[in-house]
Amino acid sequence: MALVAALKRLAFNSLRGYSRRTVAVSGLTAHRSLTTVQPLRSENKVTVHFINRDGEKISVKASPGDTLLDVVINEDLDFDGFGACEGTLACSTCHLIFNEEVYKKLGPVTDEEMDMLDLAYGLTDTSRLGCQICLTKSLDGIVARVPESVADIRQTKDGSS
Amino acid sequence: MLFFKGIVVRGKALLSTCPKVCVVGGGPAGFYTAQHLIKARQDVQVDVYERLPVPFGLVRFGVAPDHPEVKNVINTFTQTAKHSRCSFYGNVNVGKDVSVAELLRSYHAVVLSYGAEGNRSVGVPGEHLSGVYSAKDFVGWYNGLPSCRELDPDLSCDTAVVLGQGNVALDVARILLSPLDILKKTDITQPALDALAASRVRSVWIVGRRGPMQVACTIKELREMVTLPGTRPEMTPSDFEGVKDALKDLPRPRKRLTELMVKTALERPGEKEQERWNSASRVWGFRFFRSPVEVLPDAEGKKVAAVRLAVNRLEGSGEGAQAVRSGDVEDVPCGLVISSIGYKSLPIDAAVPFDSRRAIVPNSMGRVQQVLGLYCSGWLKTGPTGVIATTMNNSFDTARSLMEDMDSGKLDVSAEKPGSLRIRALLEEKGVEPVVFSDWEKIDSLEVRRGEACGKPREKLLSVEEMLAVARS
Repeated sequence: MALVAALKRLAFNSLRGYSRRTVAVSGLTAHRSLTTVQPLRSENKVTVHFINRDGEKISVKASPGDTLLDVVINEDLDFDGFGACEGTLACSTCHLIFNEEVYKKLGPVTDEEMDMLDLAYGLTDTSRLGCQICLTKSLDGIVARVPESVADIRQTKDGSS
Repeated sequence: MLFFKGIVVRGKALLSTCPKVCVVGGGPAGFYTAQHLIKARQDVQVDVYERLPVPFGLVRFGVAPDHPEVKNVINTFTQTAKHSRCSFYGNVNVGKDVSVAELLRSYHAVVLSYGAEGNRSVGVPGEHLSGVYSAKDFVGWYNGLPSCRELDPDLSCDTAVVLGQGNVALDVARILLSPLDILKKTDITQPALDALAASRVRSVWIVGRRGPMQVACTIKELREMVTLPGTRPEMTPSDFEGVKDALKDLPRPRKRLTELMVKTALERPGEKEQERWNSASRVWGFRFFRSPVEVLPDAEGKKVAAVRLAVNRLEGSGEGAQAVRSGDVEDVPCGLVISSIGYKSLPIDAAVPFDSRRAIVPNSMGRVQQVLGLYCSGWLKTGPTGVIATTMNNSFDTARSLMEDMDSGKLDVSAEKPGSLRIRALLEEKGVEPVVFSDWEKIDSLEVRRGEACGKPREKLLSVEEMLAVARS
């Protein structure tokens, strides 16, 4: 049922002109989401390290041409609320933070991206929207930090949350 | 943690001690709360109750038709609704068909996420004249909200005044002035499209009490207005005195927004843009430092003929700047006034504490202090501002509070609760038949099919009766 829905959505998204789209998941599906077909050559892979909101490092392999949002979805990385608008520059939930060196390698930011990035919580000078960053071999090994999406006023007394 | 006992049918625990949560309101807040709860505990069952036969709240009825990408979140909500531990019950009016007390008896926890269905009144004489509408109703009208079906706004005038300078105000201005070619490919309702095709509105003034550096809208929406085909912007240059100098100290988001306004108001446009402005048949602009003090009627005394605006000056700067009356007034002739000064939550059940001044349910991190087991999320919790992502975070926060309370034992989830079994029985006694998610999918399919026939993403059903008829078919 979910696969049929995923296929339907992929077809609909293609019709809407988003050609490099993968199906967004909210993290509730038990199985992997559908991805665009990529040749599985190991030398063609790009490694990306994500630092999640708990400070844990998650390293994954992705393909050149994937956006960082694609990677998060394809690898089922469980970042709460990430990519709500499914990569259409209508939100700021795929906000990622890089160090200076990596940020410079990521290329120019369009006005359209900046406009949405401006709404992101915890905006920094080295912030980008993950859905707009296309991986290339030269970005192999980059580290992307997933920032908090809201001011955390919660105090965890016993460490559990 | 909690062992799964009792009868399990198709993944849903019917008679068991699994925690059961009820969410009131099937919009973004409700669905994001449900999503977080279901993910956080493998034994939680969440039932979402919604007054209309159709889900998704303001994503369906508030987001502008020409912003379809913003509605992509519906895919996430759909996944949640179809999860084995989630059930959607539309056509159920909480407060009327079933009380919050009944829900608290049947569930371990109840989360109120019913948003803000009222609007702030401007509070000036003439506000109730014909031709004056709240943005909530105008937006509801072009988005197919059943209760706004009969609005029939009069668009035969030349000038419209929008009160307020937030994103909703800009949405209204943009829909009033957008070329038909653009609108006819969206999910705007057919009656609204017909009305806009016949519209004679050519000028829209977006009025705010304070200055350019206090506008509540964001840059994406402003950019859309500045580049809107067939239109040209017209601002008052003197409104921007001192603004350029203040730019350098502003944080980037406010700076870029203000820069765009300054550029539009003060700089000569490029050649192509100048051409576009010259051939534009429609005009819009911000009118700053103006507060409405009266809506003036025409000779017959029934319809709006003008808005009387008091002229303000600013005391202080930045977010905290205050508008102070200068003593001057200005009358702006117009035939349409749309007040976009904020939505407002309403109390739906006497058993629920309600802060009438702030128009929210008083809470601490989503917990309604005076009532054990009662929570709130979304605009009902924080007030009616923020985009969908704001609501998402807000809802996740409430879900976290609820989880904490379950884990700590503050909420006793070891006691069996009947959940939807009992509520559905109560509803049946009253002759209320809920619309389940697969029923909504029939409505959804029909709307999409009807839309295909005319090049639109969907052609919405416009009445509750039609929706129910399709749901029951």
